[in-house]
Amino acid sequence: MFIWIIKRDLLLAVRRQSDVLTTLFFFIIVVSLFPLSVGPEMNLLRAMAPGIVWVAALLASMLSLGRMFSNDYMDGTLEQMLLSPQSLSLLVLGKALAHWLVTGIPLVLMAPVLGIQYDLPVDALAILTFSLLLGTPVLSLIGAIGAALTLGLRGGGVLVSLLVLPLYIPILIFGAGAVEANMAGVEFDAHLSLIGAFLLVSMVFAPWAAASSLRVSLE
Amino acid sequence: MAINWFKYSSPASFYSLAGKMIPFFTVIAIILLAAGLYVGFFIAPTDFQQGEAYRIIFIHVPAAWMSMFLYVVMAFWAGIGLAFNTRLSAMFASAIAPTGAMFTFVALWTGSLWGKPMWGTWWVWDARLTSELILLFLYIGFMSLQAAIDDPRRADKAGAIIALVGVVNIPIIYFSVQWWNTLHQGASVSVNQAPSMATTMLLGMLIMVFASWMYSIAIILKRIRVIILERESHTSWVAELQKKGTVS
Repeated sequence: MFIWIIKRDLLLAVRRQSDVLTTLFFFIIVVSLFPLSVGPEMNLLRAMAPGIVWVAALLASMLSLGRMFSNDYMDGTLEQMLLSPQSLSLLVLGKALAHWLVTGIPLVLMAPVLGIQYDLPVDALAILTFSLLLGTPVLSLIGAIGAALTLGLRGGGVLVSLLVLPLYIPILIFGAGAVEANMAGVEFDAHLSLIGAFLLVSMVFAPWAAASSLRVSLE
Repeated sequence: MAINWFKYSSPASFYSLAGKMIPFFTVIAIILLAAGLYVGFFIAPTDFQQGEAYRIIFIHVPAAWMSMFLYVVMAFWAGIGLAFNTRLSAMFASAIAPTGAMFTFVALWTGSLWGKPMWGTWWVWDARLTSELILLFLYIGFMSLQAAIDDPRRADKAGAIIALVGVVNIPIIYFSVQWWNTLHQGASVSVNQAPSMATTMLLGMLIMVFASWMYSIAIILKRIRVIILERESHTSWVAELQKKGTVS
């Protein structure tokens, strides 16, 4: 069931590539807007790069949250999934993982290229990529709660940002913090360990909370 | 003697109980408020370091305490409502949220009024200020989620889940913000070493804290009565109240 739901969501994403590409290009455009707004001063840009890339990744991941459940909700698949004897939490975990594979992984792969635009040194690029690799699944998992709560609501897209963005703050702090620590020549392991801890904790609790949110939304 | 603890968990009987309690708490709140402001503005001595500007603490500190305390109370009632499916608990949670958000806003606002003469700036990205701001976001998220859902039962449960997720996250957010702040020491101003306070200052502040509690209880009960009437408008007991003319 778990593998099946991931395969199914991936297949759906492959059939509708425009969705994936929209998220990715949103990420690229947001990151590219910053030099245009603050000026091409390289030292300034280098200092801001980790924060900018992380904020853009946060927004891109959040914007695509609406798709996690809404298509299945519209055509009634979600209701069938709720009725199935399999654990709903596991199913939500599968959907969040699929969401990460579809939106998170492209962001992670694109991040080094954008980092080069900001003239980041090579090891900072590696840490930026690694912190995104660890952090973006947490975004998908926490986002699943928000997506499940706002399912089928008026203006759900804006609402989900109000619910989810405050909860993303710790990830943002430690994700961008790891890169900044490395650039400042300080130990950065602690930041990455904390993101890893968030990942483990959210893997346990977020699917459960999102599953009960789905039950509330589909009551 | 067996007490029926659940008597007042029915909205109908709680409605009349709340009606009796409101005047009591309102009067105490007004008395304490007057006493607290009098002590704060006329009796408490001028601070030798901060001058008169320190007097903002008589509003700022109670507001900041209430803002955090009320979020926990809100999440508690939301959790009870979710677990035991009691209607009144969920109503409590939605009645607390606007008051909590108001206190959060007051704390931020008075804080920046104090910050201008003391630190020379309206805002610093200090750990406490930032966490308080995030707390405001959490309140607003809770209220806008409830406002967006038309079905009250679904609104209660969805709000309960987000309140509980928020309350689990508050310590995480607080400590990450604090750590983030210590990494970027440059611009921040330390607010950790509070100078020791004169007894009258402390007394004034404590009176104001109790005044805020009484005010919160009164206003939350008032709001809960409105929520009860709104949700129970189809029932016979509300129709009877309307006939008597006590509710229009």
